[in-house]
Amino acid sequence: MMADNPNPELGYPETEAPAAKPKRKGVKRRIFLAGSALVVGGGLFGVWWTDRSVKAKAGALVQGPGEHAFLTWMKIAEDDTVTLYSPHIDMGQGSHTALAMMLADELDAAWDKVAIEQAPADLAFANAALAKGFLPEMVGEAVAGLLPDAIIGMMARSMPLQITGGSSAVRFTGETGMRKTGAAVRAALIAEAADRLGVPESELTTAGSLVTHSGSGRSLRYGELAAGAAGRSLASDPVLKTRDQWKLIGKPVARRDIPSKVDGSAVYGIDFTLPNMRVAAIAMAPVRGGELESVDEAPALAVKGVEKVVKLADAVVVIGKGYWQAKKGLDALAPEFSDGGNAAVSTAAIYAAQGRLRQTAEKPDNEGGSGDVDAALGAAGVKVVEAEYRVPFLHHAMMEPFALTGHFKDGKLHLWGGLQDPLSTRTKAAAAAGLDVDDVIFNPMIMGGGFGRRFPDLVEIIDQVAIIAKQVPYPVKLIWSREEEVRHGTYRPQSSAMLKGSVKDGKITAMRIDYAQSGNAEGEVPFIYAIPATSRRHYAYQSNQVDGPWRSVNATQLGFYTESFMDELAAAAGVEPYRFRRAHLAPGSRHLAVLDEVARRSNWDSPLPDGVGRGIAIVESFGTIAAEVVEVSIREDGSPKVLKAWAVVDCGTTVSPVNAEAQIAGGLIMGLSSAMGEQVTIEKGAVVESNFADYPILKLADAPAQIDVHFIESGAKTGGIGEPGLPPASPALANAIAAATGKRIRNLPVLTQAKA
Amino acid sequence: MRRVNQIKGAVPVAIAFSVNGKPVSVEAEADTPLLWVLRDDLGLTGTKFGCGIAACGACSVHVDGAITRSCSVPVSDIAGKAVTTIEGLKSADGVLHKVQAAWIDAQVPQCGYCQSGQIMAAVALIEAVGTPSDAQIDEAMTNICRCGTYPRIRKAILAATGAAAASQEEA
Repeated sequence: MMADNPNPELGYPETEAPAAKPKRKGVKRRIFLAGSALVVGGGLFGVWWTDRSVKAKAGALVQGPGEHAFLTWMKIAEDDTVTLYSPHIDMGQGSHTALAMMLADELDAAWDKVAIEQAPADLAFANAALAKGFLPEMVGEAVAGLLPDAIIGMMARSMPLQITGGSSAVRFTGETGMRKTGAAVRAALIAEAADRLGVPESELTTAGSLVTHSGSGRSLRYGELAAGAAGRSLASDPVLKTRDQWKLIGKPVARRDIPSKVDGSAVYGIDFTLPNMRVAAIAMAPVRGGELESVDEAPALAVKGVEKVVKLADAVVVIGKGYWQAKKGLDALAPEFSDGGNAAVSTAAIYAAQGRLRQTAEKPDNEGGSGDVDAALGAAGVKVVEAEYRVPFLHHAMMEPFALTGHFKDGKLHLWGGLQDPLSTRTKAAAAAGLDVDDVIFNPMIMGGGFGRRFPDLVEIIDQVAIIAKQVPYPVKLIWSREEEVRHGTYRPQSSAMLKGSVKDGKITAMRIDYAQSGNAEGEVPFIYAIPATSRRHYAYQSNQVDGPWRSVNATQLGFYTESFMDELAAAAGVEPYRFRRAHLAPGSRHLAVLDEVARRSNWDSPLPDGVGRGIAIVESFGTIAAEVVEVSIREDGSPKVLKAWAVVDCGTTVSPVNAEAQIAGGLIMGLSSAMGEQVTIEKGAVVESNFADYPILKLADAPAQIDVHFIESGAKTGGIGEPGLPPASPALANAIAAATGKRIRNLPVLTQAKA
Repeated sequence: MRRVNQIKGAVPVAIAFSVNGKPVSVEAEADTPLLWVLRDDLGLTGTKFGCGIAACGACSVHVDGAITRSCSVPVSDIAGKAVTTIEGLKSADGVLHKVQAAWIDAQVPQCGYCQSGQIMAAVALIEAVGTPSDAQIDEAMTNICRCGTYPRIRKAILAATGAAAASQEEA
């Protein structure tokens, strides 16, 4: 049941789709067959804007009496309630509220009458705005602009799309979907009001879900106008508000989901129950790639409350009346698993193989950079620095372990749970259960964290529940134990790199980063410094483990390598780290502004007591630039204690500042946590760690008590906010430790080597 | 009294205690952790499963007022005791506990999954010491939050006890 993982960065299915001719307006639906999924594509936003059959289907799914749907994004009820259908799932990142703010601002809707609901897992709600937004990242801005055929082909391939990830909700769905929809619907409401009142549109204003005629003072409620407005065609390129006209965007608006998360009423996937439901526990092959060879079911069936044992190809499942009974039954079993020929895999062996690959491969699998690095490194009068860096597999540790409920009834499979892409959940479940995708109904629920783990492509529990549910007459909820969660992750890849650079007269003349890991980072993680000769070479190495997207994806390790090594080069050049970075960033650039601001806010030049160190790092990811400063002291046992942290972020525009601050601070803490103590290690092909006792997550006492987060509102293209706070944290920490102790940390986690 | 139906096969023991001020009697095997009785038998799903080894605190409840990680306490130990869960923090007329209100004011939760346990730990801390110091918060708040909401948790605890307002006035 090992997931095929062609594109771990984005989780896109790699399927062939024919390119279509681009049509800006009035496009016809084009239908492609991609795998087993019926894919509708062919016209960027226009399909969803103009295609009435899609609109009708979406309306039929969500429209109640007295409610009127607009596109696939929203509806207005006659009592003025505006309901937004979010194609993104909230796993804690707060994008639901931010998206609603963007819609309501353009719509001039009364904020207290805006409701947010999860879009149904139906193709009619596939997120074209997301596809459009990701295209430039996938092929580059220049290519996206020049090659419309390629755009269309890629879009077709990337659908059906209801992904939550890539820090994409606000910057793509919000900018393209929410704001445009709000503005277009507002225009339709005005047009309807103008007809009803018999006045020119230019004399009408909107505010608080009312259209008002300024001359007569007459006004009509949105709820009264909705029926008529819904029948009107919507402008495909409506005029959007300017920054000074925003009333919600950029303002401190409270998140809508929070009240239900403080009184226990929020229902997560693991909380879902049905009458007559049973609960299942699972034990999977300890070695990835191994299979179930044999198991005597009797000991489990002898446990009170156990009802059934199900054998899967690589796992054994026990179904009981509750989780505890199922777990007791499972613990009574002694299943035999094969190792799939992976018994020799270990953490040390992976690093060794990666090192050999970097040294002996004929050529890299991917390469970026420019200039003649070899010549620059060998030039006379330069000082050359070389160092190897290593980072381990990391577990997502979402606090809600996987849980998915399935009920196979009357030929249809119903599923309930939290996953990052509802549409592909259906596709995957259908394939596993041998059903038509139309016979799988998925009910998306909120997620207790995700961090990249819940992309359906890599989520085995979908297949497991699909198979189990077909074998039992009752609903069944499968819950993974924390131990299964830790040992069967889709990890941030174990990765290693050799970095080599040269400096002369206080400047870098060349830098080379040779890194070995499963996934390629070229085109994903920008190299931000102006250096005459640069080279970043990727050597693809796949162990028996499954690597997947982990919050901020390849920017974690590339950020750690690059920003740690910048400090090593700074030391070689005899320049302090902040000014050394300054010297390699373009004057007037956003990067420089972010770096300068974090130095200013952290009082970079102020003296520190003995034993306290300060580190700085800057990483761009997901269209956002983030610089962080971390201050650490060293405890008596040699371990570092983070005292304070500062983050300065330029994501263009901060839509929801209260939430954005939390996302950046949270990312910074997750970055510190992973750098400080987290690692998944492999012995004999199996994961050694098992739970929070040996996979330590940073706790409150060890997190900085103060994190100063500041946003630069540059107005540049909107960047992501969920991920970019993380990557600078680990190099800033390592740089601070080096400043405090003189010891350079090149292998993570810190705690395995920092202690005396 | 609330009685819970049993599926055939189990030979349960009746265990009586109170949850959120109401008496309950459950029929469960003696070794069943309180967590699973709360969630699977009593339908109180605000108390979360995170690790099963008392390491993360997502399952924290109060037992006779003491903070307790319910995943690692057998229900038989609870007989005759008073359990409070996140669902029981509100007043009888539905007013949020001051700690819950402070959690909303400070916009603490992100994914929210650990927050029931965090709030139960914070309430126990405040009930024990009144206005906690930073060091007391460090010592008492050992629950894991993967989203990294710790700075706002600290802020909310201080705000709930009036300490934040006081320190702002000093500043």
